[in-house]
Amino acid sequence: MTQVVLLSAEGLTVSFPGRARPFAKPDVVRAVDGVDITIKRGQTLGLVGESGCGKSTTGYALLRLNKGTGRVMFDGVDLMLLPPEKLRSMRRRIQIIFQDAAASLDPRMTIGDLIAEALDLHKLHTGGSRQPRVRELLELVGIPQRFAERYPHELSGGQAQRIAICRALAVEPDLIICDEAVSALDVSIQAQILNLLQDLQQRLGLSFLFISHDLSVVRHISHEVAVMYLGKIVEQAPTSLLFENPRHPYTKALLSAVPVPDPDVEKARERIVLAGDLPNPANPPSGCRFRTRCPVAQSKCAETLPTLHEIEQRHSAACLFV
Amino acid sequence: MPLLTVKNLRTRFSTDRGTVRAVDGVSFELEEGEVMGLVGESGSGKSITAMSIMRLIKEPPGRIEADEITFDGVDLLALTPAQLRDYRARHISMIFQDPMRSLNPVLTIGRQLMETLQRHLRMSARDARRRSIELLEVVGIPRAEKRLDEYPHQFSGGMRQRVMIAIALSCNPRLLIADEATTALDVTIQAQIIDLIRRLRSEMGTAVIWISHDLGLVAGLCDKVSVMYAGRIVESGPVREVFYRPAHGYTLGLMNCTPRVDDIGHRLRPIEGMPPNLAEPMPLCPFLPRCEMAVAACRESKPRLETIAEGHVASCHANLSAYWRKEKVA
Amino acid sequence: MAFHDASTPVAVEPNYDSGFRMAMRQLLRNKAAAAGLFCLLLIVFLAVFAPWIIPYDPTQIALSSKLHGPSWEHWLGTDHFGRDVLARMAHGARVSLSVGLSTVAFAAAFGVPIGLLSGYVGGRLDNVLMRLMDAFLTFPPLLLGVAIVGLLGADLTTVTLALGIVQIPVLARVVRSATLVVREETYITATRALGAGSWRLVFQHVLRNILSPLVVQITIVFSAAIVAEASLSFLGLGVQPPTPSWGRDLAEARRFMVDAPWMFLAPTGFIIVSVMAINFMGDSLRDSLDPRSWVRRAVTSRETPRASADR
Repeated sequence: MTQVVLLSAEGLTVSFPGRARPFAKPDVVRAVDGVDITIKRGQTLGLVGESGCGKSTTGYALLRLNKGTGRVMFDGVDLMLLPPEKLRSMRRRIQIIFQDAAASLDPRMTIGDLIAEALDLHKLHTGGSRQPRVRELLELVGIPQRFAERYPHELSGGQAQRIAICRALAVEPDLIICDEAVSALDVSIQAQILNLLQDLQQRLGLSFLFISHDLSVVRHISHEVAVMYLGKIVEQAPTSLLFENPRHPYTKALLSAVPVPDPDVEKARERIVLAGDLPNPANPPSGCRFRTRCPVAQSKCAETLPTLHEIEQRHSAACLFV
Repeated sequence: MPLLTVKNLRTRFSTDRGTVRAVDGVSFELEEGEVMGLVGESGSGKSITAMSIMRLIKEPPGRIEADEITFDGVDLLALTPAQLRDYRARHISMIFQDPMRSLNPVLTIGRQLMETLQRHLRMSARDARRRSIELLEVVGIPRAEKRLDEYPHQFSGGMRQRVMIAIALSCNPRLLIADEATTALDVTIQAQIIDLIRRLRSEMGTAVIWISHDLGLVAGLCDKVSVMYAGRIVESGPVREVFYRPAHGYTLGLMNCTPRVDDIGHRLRPIEGMPPNLAEPMPLCPFLPRCEMAVAACRESKPRLETIAEGHVASCHANLSAYWRKEKVA
Repeated sequence: MAFHDASTPVAVEPNYDSGFRMAMRQLLRNKAAAAGLFCLLLIVFLAVFAPWIIPYDPTQIALSSKLHGPSWEHWLGTDHFGRDVLARMAHGARVSLSVGLSTVAFAAAFGVPIGLLSGYVGGRLDNVLMRLMDAFLTFPPLLLGVAIVGLLGADLTTVTLALGIVQIPVLARVVRSATLVVREETYITATRALGAGSWRLVFQHVLRNILSPLVVQITIVFSAAIVAEASLSFLGLGVQPPTPSWGRDLAEARRFMVDAPWMFLAPTGFIIVSVMAINFMGDSLRDSLDPRSWVRRAVTSRETPRASADR
């Protein structure tokens, strides 16, 4: 089965000024370092990793919300080369929703105005079809009409995320980047939003880049998963392949650390507890970036930088031993 | 005799919207060396329960009432504020979600550790320092001697939480209350902390109340679990009992809406609606408006806690046995 | 998708009035602000309708009735030329209010864009603009006013210009610092991702969200301008006679402080009341303009934000 590629990024790199040690000379921190990802139309790519691994920065770079370099082909156009006016109309097609949905809504505008603004920005449904469209959009995300006159602070967390999704949908995008979009919600509400996202994907043929630290949620919603560590993708595969047969030692450790709500499964699981913390991204280890915490690292890991290579069909990993 | 007995704990807050019953009749017992999970969603009253036992609630606007709170035979409700402070330091310790805010940013880690030891155990400065280094080693902080003289901002999130645990353990408490202690941490760091808690419990016999919204953590760590909803314990029992034979609509709902990393494919069943307003009187089951399992009796009377099996109680009119994993529980 | 409320039934829906009405209602909940608004409206009313409601010409000399105390004919007495003090106060209010308003308008016309630009664009532009503003701020405001009036001659336009220039950096700095905070908010990033250009972001979203500190600062500028105009006129550098002005009248009243204290008390009172009225309102406006402070009335106890309908 072949699927149409919607977005593909090659060699995506985002650098920030930073310091290796306090008071050291300012240096360049590569928060994202040569990332290649592909998102297929109508599918969800999960991007997982721990805090500071660069997963959110990757998402922002695809939208050109920060200064990234590399190639981002979206539907045949390189987003990185677009002039500002063209970029703005292109942004209609890629949307983003955030972890703190309430903070992503202007506190001084009503819900109705916020959605109307999105339509305004791209001159969609002007005139008489405006109000019906706003109503239709609210219905799409399961929010009653009377909420149109409310302000963001009057919403619960789940409602605010629905409105943020609604606003993204208003401009009829092809791709929505979900940046920890359900991480702040209680499980019961989280499940509501996850189901909503899946429904919308089915109905509208949307693609998602689902950025999260929660592997259970990512497994649930993604078709493919990429695992990031310190600015690099270390493993990438279709979801079931990655979760059932993880090959990179980091992925293995990560998966073994996720708790499962089942006492017997928990008791029986073999746990790989990684030693130490994430290294300072301004001063990453030589060679393989994971080697300082890796249970199978050897001396050659310090010398050779492993590249992401295909280990079986559609499954690639960046480790010298796989 | 249990280490901790709580009977009919009620904590209320007077607000301009009326009296909020944050905790409404919570009872449980905890044995020496036992780990109890307290699960529920935000606003269910799990943190308030813990803070009420520690009497860390500001009164007013809060108001704590209980038929009994005894710790090791001592009535905590009868203690003077000074005695209570001593108890909190020496016998019951608490760690919170945000270790940065619990540490004083302008004092070194060593100072903060030693202070507790010197004040409550009357140790000399030298002994306190030696003991502090030991404690940091116990919680797995490398180069402890050196790091003692560093400030909180020089530690990572996981390391800070270890420091908090070291401070909490400094007086060998018999009960440790952990309130979402690993929620802000990455999973690999969380695994390290869980490992540490397991070790403490087996080596030092510390009893733990583990407050979390994460069912997975509770399943792996706890001996028993209490599920809270709208300020009450709606179900409690041994972990395997509750997970394999859930007897309350809310417990079942929670399990059905939690995605599992070892499981793929089926659609989550969200719990529709939102938690009730705790300022409202609730003559019926508080979960009724959101419950998929509700039966006719639910609309007539409030269910009482009833025994399902040895140590397993739930307050639910519905019969959920069709959803039980019978192969797991005899 | 079916919707059911967690706490059924919600008897009455909260009122969702327009933003203006909600803000007004919130403002009037504060007693000091309500009193301030009342006083200010009264002064505005006097100023606007003076010729129709007060039967005296403020410049008409009537030596036969000079230095009369307050009476039924002359509520606030007469001055040393027999002119009605109330009439002079009412016409003086026209000067004070118009100087205040034009100063605010002038200062805002320059200060707000400079602050927005400086805060939003940042970098080198921010540096240049802010050092320029700092340079302005080093002049003592009243002295700068005196200098400008001395240079261009004393009339209402010059006074306004002088006071306005002094207030530009004050507004610019307040706007800049508020903009720096708002610029980093998630909703700005979110709206940019939605395809909004800088123009829209700055004038729709940033401006809207810095409104609270801006309004407070504007009321301060307003009352400061009233005081400064009075001071300049007091020194003889402001409005020229015979045009009535609070400051000017105050200066003249000095000579009759013992014989005719009403001449002195009236302008003092008007200055104090108007300044206090504006400041009271300013404080409360900051809160009442924020939707988060609005209390939805007609709300039954079941309708709290968290536990309301929906999931």
